[in-house]
Amino acid sequence: MQKYSIFSLIKNAFSNHKNWEVAWKDPEPKKQYDVVIIGGGGHGLATAYYLAKEHKITNVAILEKGWIGGGNVGRNTTILRSNYMWDANGLFYEYGMKLWENLSQELNYNVMYSPRGIINLAHSDAQLNTYSRRGNSMRLNGIDAVMLGRDELKKMIPFADFSSSSRFPIFGGLMQPRGGTARHDAVAWGYARQADSLGVDIIQHCEVTGFEVQNGKLTGVQTSRGDIKTKKVGLCVAGSTSLLAEKLNMNLPIESHVLQACVSEPVKPFLDHVVTFGAGHFYCSQSDKGEMVMGGDLDGYNSYAQRGNLPTIQHVLSEGVAMFPNLSRLKMLRTWGGIMDMSMDGSPIIDKTHIEGVYLNCGWCYGGFKATPVSGWTFAHTIAQDRVHELNSKFRLNRFSTGHLIDEKGVGTKTWIG
Amino acid sequence: MLEIKCPYCGKRSQNEFSYGGDAAVKRPELGKEVSDKEWDNFVYLRKNPRGNHREFWHHVAGCRQWFKVLRDTSTHEIFKTARLDEEL
Ligand SMILES: Cc1cc2nc3c(=O)[nH]c(=O)nc-3n(C[C@H](O)[C@H](O)[C@H](O)COP(=O)(O)OP(=O)(O)OC[C@H]3O[C@@H](n4cnc5c(N)ncnc54)[C@H](O)[C@@H]3O)c2cc1C
Ligand SMILES: [Zn+2]
Repeated sequence: MQKYSIFSLIKNAFSNHKNWEVAWKDPEPKKQYDVVIIGGGGHGLATAYYLAKEHKITNVAILEKGWIGGGNVGRNTTILRSNYMWDANGLFYEYGMKLWENLSQELNYNVMYSPRGIINLAHSDAQLNTYSRRGNSMRLNGIDAVMLGRDELKKMIPFADFSSSSRFPIFGGLMQPRGGTARHDAVAWGYARQADSLGVDIIQHCEVTGFEVQNGKLTGVQTSRGDIKTKKVGLCVAGSTSLLAEKLNMNLPIESHVLQACVSEPVKPFLDHVVTFGAGHFYCSQSDKGEMVMGGDLDGYNSYAQRGNLPTIQHVLSEGVAMFPNLSRLKMLRTWGGIMDMSMDGSPIIDKTHIEGVYLNCGWCYGGFKATPVSGWTFAHTIAQDRVHELNSKFRLNRFSTGHLIDEKGVGTKTWIG
Repeated sequence: MLEIKCPYCGKRSQNEFSYGGDAAVKRPELGKEVSDKEWDNFVYLRKNPRGNHREFWHHVAGCRQWFKVLRDTSTHEIFKTARLDEEL
């Protein structure tokens, strides 16, 4: 593989950038693989990369029904953080943050990791108390956390509503300084390019339509481009998980919901951090192009449509305007939606299943982008060694029936709140 | 914007309703021994099809009645709504 560097850039400038190697190939599917990964989103690509890199399993295919990076990995608001209270989440996502910190070097691809700090605003004393509890739990797990007072916040985010007439006055906030953003497409492409160079076949426009199971063991998958033999398959299909699970006669604690996001017209830099509203569900950051990147709640009903409705956008943006009144002056450029695999306790599932050779990676809810590296890392371990790693040992599928939920926020799919 | 026909009030905008999920879920019988498996099914497992879905909605900012809706989850098209005591 051609390494990207200042020298390769200069060298290729002499030929008008016409002789760059392709970043990944376009192979025909083979008849047999050691491992098949379904879904060429962030998690599938990262899983394949770590299978090849960490476990030296290179006879691997990624089967993607569309094109890689066309799903949620290309549709999210790119917030990275590990500001969780429960150990299971905190330690898992913190391992992920460490992978993010070195990811551009590791992949020789600039993923534009920007540790600009994520601030959760608090609008009451009670909320500040719960934030300091969470901040303390984070610090006990070695995760960076600082409490911010109103005066500090005034200097950091001067455009927030600090007026005396504010409906939700800002009391303070909790910040994770290493939290931030990254360039979503680059994450997908960076993993794809490295996985390809290690021998993984990235097969696009290849939909998995069924599975071959004999005596409780996986023997292959059926695809739109023919049958493929394999003893191990990893599902990384985000919002489509239930559809594939159904073909295995599995009913999962997952609902698919549409989550929308939007960007405004670009403006000069005015927001240096990622900020979340504490009196509702709204978060925003400013992209390198100057657009305000904003998101919030699910539309709130089961959906596979990859597009939502205006009432949710209005609701989310009214929270935005409550937080940053000057947002009301911006024109909206685009809105879009992605299909979220909402688990019933709001936490992910990375596990084996009762069928030998079938592995499950799902339940990412609103927050799977930040998990991309650590999800791939732990899932590759689970597939290669046929057992969960300590980091994903709490993200079991059976935790719902045994009562070991990881109910960080107590929201789940939010189906019953209204 | 979804337009939902409340069986009691008629067609209203989505803003007036809240969602109640899979309408096929049944609580295990009262006074009967319930296995962990049954309880797990009732609390955590939902139908999650792409296509037709029978679901509960609540006219929360209207007559406050619950009712059933048949809706396509891939297009959001609503085919039919019915009261709880009616067939859908
Ligand atoms: C609007 C929005 C905002 C978000 N914001 C954030 C955020 O700020 N921070 C954060 O951490 N997370 C965020 N997320 C969540 C995050 O994007 C997802 O959790 C994560 O991307 C899911 O993993 P993935 O990248 O592997 O999924 P995807 O990119 O969706 O990959 C799944 C792939 O599987 C393919 N597939 C499906 N079925 C089949 C089949 N039968 N055969 C072959 N291929 C198939 C799909 O085509 C798709 O490409 C957001 C999501 C959305 C929609
Ligand atoms: Zn009504």
